[in-house]
Amino acid sequence: MDVILFLIFAAIAVVAAINVVVQTHPISSAVSLIGVMGSLAVLYLLLGAEFIAAAQVIVYAGAVMVLFVFVIMLLNAGAEARVGRSFVASLLGAPVLIALLAVLAWVVERIYPRGTTVHFGGFTGGSAQAVGRALFTTYLLPFEITSILVLIAIIGAVVLARKEID
Amino acid sequence: MAQVPVSWFLSLSAVLFVLGVAGFVFRRNIITVFMSIELMLNAVNLSFVTFAYQRQAVDAHLFVFFVMVVAAAEAAVGLAIILTVFKNRATLNIDEVDSMKN
Amino acid sequence: MQLWLIPILPLAGFLINGLFGRRFSKSLVHTVAVGSVALAFAWVLKTLFGLGELHTAYSEHYFTWIQSGTFAVQCDFSVDRLTAVMLLVVTGVGSLIHIYSIGYMAHEGGYYRFFAYMNLFMFFMLTLVLAANYLVLFVGWEGVGLCSYLLIGFYFDKKFATDAGNKAFIVNRIGDFGFSLAIFYMVRHFGSLDFATVFAKAPSAPESVLTIIGLLLLVGACGKSAQLPLYVWLPDAMAGPTPVSALIHAATMVTAGVYMTARSWAIYTHAPAAMSAIAIMGIATAFFAATIGITQYDIKKVFAYSTVSQLGYMFVGVGCGAFSAGIYHLMTHAFFKALLFLGSGAVIHALSGEQDMRNMGGLRKYTPWTCWTMFCASLAIAGFPFTSGFLSKDAILLAANHSAPWIYWVGTLTAGMTAFYVFRAFFMTFFGEYRGHEHHPHEAPLSMRIPLVILAALSLGGGYLFKVPEFLRQVFPTYEVPEDTGLMLIASSAGIIGILLAYLMYVARPAIPESIAASLDGLYTLVYNKYFVDEIYGAAVVTPVVSGSRAVLWKGMDAGLIDGTVNGVGVVARGVGSVLRLMQSGNIRSYATWVAFGGVLLIVAMGIAGGLR
Repeated sequence: MDVILFLIFAAIAVVAAINVVVQTHPISSAVSLIGVMGSLAVLYLLLGAEFIAAAQVIVYAGAVMVLFVFVIMLLNAGAEARVGRSFVASLLGAPVLIALLAVLAWVVERIYPRGTTVHFGGFTGGSAQAVGRALFTTYLLPFEITSILVLIAIIGAVVLARKEID
Repeated sequence: MAQVPVSWFLSLSAVLFVLGVAGFVFRRNIITVFMSIELMLNAVNLSFVTFAYQRQAVDAHLFVFFVMVVAAAEAAVGLAIILTVFKNRATLNIDEVDSMKN
Repeated sequence: MQLWLIPILPLAGFLINGLFGRRFSKSLVHTVAVGSVALAFAWVLKTLFGLGELHTAYSEHYFTWIQSGTFAVQCDFSVDRLTAVMLLVVTGVGSLIHIYSIGYMAHEGGYYRFFAYMNLFMFFMLTLVLAANYLVLFVGWEGVGLCSYLLIGFYFDKKFATDAGNKAFIVNRIGDFGFSLAIFYMVRHFGSLDFATVFAKAPSAPESVLTIIGLLLLVGACGKSAQLPLYVWLPDAMAGPTPVSALIHAATMVTAGVYMTARSWAIYTHAPAAMSAIAIMGIATAFFAATIGITQYDIKKVFAYSTVSQLGYMFVGVGCGAFSAGIYHLMTHAFFKALLFLGSGAVIHALSGEQDMRNMGGLRKYTPWTCWTMFCASLAIAGFPFTSGFLSKDAILLAANHSAPWIYWVGTLTAGMTAFYVFRAFFMTFFGEYRGHEHHPHEAPLSMRIPLVILAALSLGGGYLFKVPEFLRQVFPTYEVPEDTGLMLIASSAGIIGILLAYLMYVARPAIPESIAASLDGLYTLVYNKYFVDEIYGAAVVTPVVSGSRAVLWKGMDAGLIDGTVNGVGVVARGVGSVLRLMQSGNIRSYATWVAFGGVLLIVAMGIAGGLR
């Protein structure tokens, strides 16, 4: 049962990811990306990461992607033209990517030839309580720093995007 | 078998990552490039959560949390920059943002 | 005894005049210069009187110059009887010439520079003479070569003067190369350069070694003392001021070669082949130079060739085993040759720069002192009986006859030619009608006349005053030559015949020289052009070396190889840079591709290096 679940949602994720890359109109790419994030959230649940799954849906799919869609609509970006100009990318791109994939697969196989198996309930430490406890005790400093980072990002975004006051 | 080997999750993560890189390298629309970056980040998040399961520790979840926060901040700032670039150059073609040439 | 003061006093003079002379008045400059040399002369006298009989050499050790394993070179000075003779000649004649220069150079520019160089020369010459080993001698040897170059090229704005200076230095260098090889061979074979050590070991060394050393030393002597084939620089050296010609190219520097070979008698007496080489070279040079001297018209060139010829005589003396005779002739030659040069300088001074004898004549009315002092010198060099020159030349010719009679006959013939050309010069200059353009030929000032008179007295009587052969008898191996009155008479008569012939041709019947020259036209042209030796050297040696250097070493190696390498580094750097520049395309996608590529490489590298479990 877990296997079937995994296979379905993994397939959805891959197809949606390919769609993100292949579609010409950005809005289609954005919607496909939302699909990727949703299926990833299910996979997180399979791995016992309940809090993260929730955060993925709420923050990523709910806020970040909405931001993307807003900007696309604001800029009225149309479909992309066909002509390319990066000689290096067109020459080396595909081989490098295939090489990257092969290397990563090889690494994975090296590390986990016969690893553990995943099933529902195999990991119970991913609850909101566990995450919260770790966040506010062990990882308090990064938490604080990240909040400052977010503040800076907000200020930066506001400054960059506002109209000139004249 | 009723159970999924951990390596499958990691392979999925690798595939998603490579797809993200492909999008980054081959697409010309700036926004699409950004979305490919988000795709890469998600792939990495998946592998982190897998490792958390593997080691039966919650610390990796924290890492994912922080990655998400930073990705959100980055998306905000990056989109603001895109807006500014669009205002100045009226194009969303990444090849035309090349003032650093030579 | 403070031997070091002898060379240091002139060195002090050089430093004072060289550093500060520009601001000194002329009288201060020459006081410092002449004073330093005169003081050196006085110190020499004091030292020699203090040393007494000098049956053994007296040395002073100053410091160890080179210490390398078992080989050491000390900076030592030593005085024995031979050194004493040389010291007296160098400082004595040197002082007189310095006094003479006061008057001669009075109207020339660069007054302080001249005296500074002259003092520097005295320093090096005295170092050469006082040295107790071959290396310190070589220091002096090179130093006098340097000063000769500086002084020949004194009028540095005239190209022929600077060319002559270069020629002197370069030709000397060739001789010095031979000398250096001799030094190396000596170190290798004897392990030391000290005179005492080398001469003690010489009798037991194999003859081949000694012959090689002797011949190499001879090469050095040829260069410095202007013998065949390295004499070509001396006539050109007349481009320098006349006191320079007198001091350096007559009395002292050119005699360094004779001194060095005489000093090395221990080597030569055990290498008969080398000694014969010396004698043959000496007599050949003497004859050769005398033939050229007969035809020259420049008064200084006549005496230059005469110097070459007389040096040949000295080498004949050394080469035939009569070392003391050679040194005797060195001393008397210093007297009369210096006088001849100084006298010709007075003539040139009187005529405001004229040097061609065809524009002279009848000057005995205008410059009587010069005329009669030069007459004394001419008698001496011609070997007129009872002058000093007669005694020394005689000693040499008798020794020559004792070892190889043919040298005696050639020497006698050369003596006749010597008398002839010297008196030719004398008669052309002082007798007959004045053929020049100068309106007021005037006698030399007192500062020039006094040295002339002193040297005239020495030319006539110096041989009796300083009986050098007896003095040096205990320094050199015994060499007794029977007195042969017959040979003496023959030699003297050759001289007298030469004088009479000159009188006939240049005073009584002045038309004869031209008719002889016309009838022997080819031979005359050959001799007049100095046998075209300079041209031959130029074509055979100088031109190939210069053009070879220009083509190969300059264009090929320097410009091509070295500049090419240095510039090539720049070019390569630029090329690499322009290739790397292509990565900076400004295109974000290509950057991303490179990043991905780099990432792949990194992971592969990590995997290979075993970073993955």
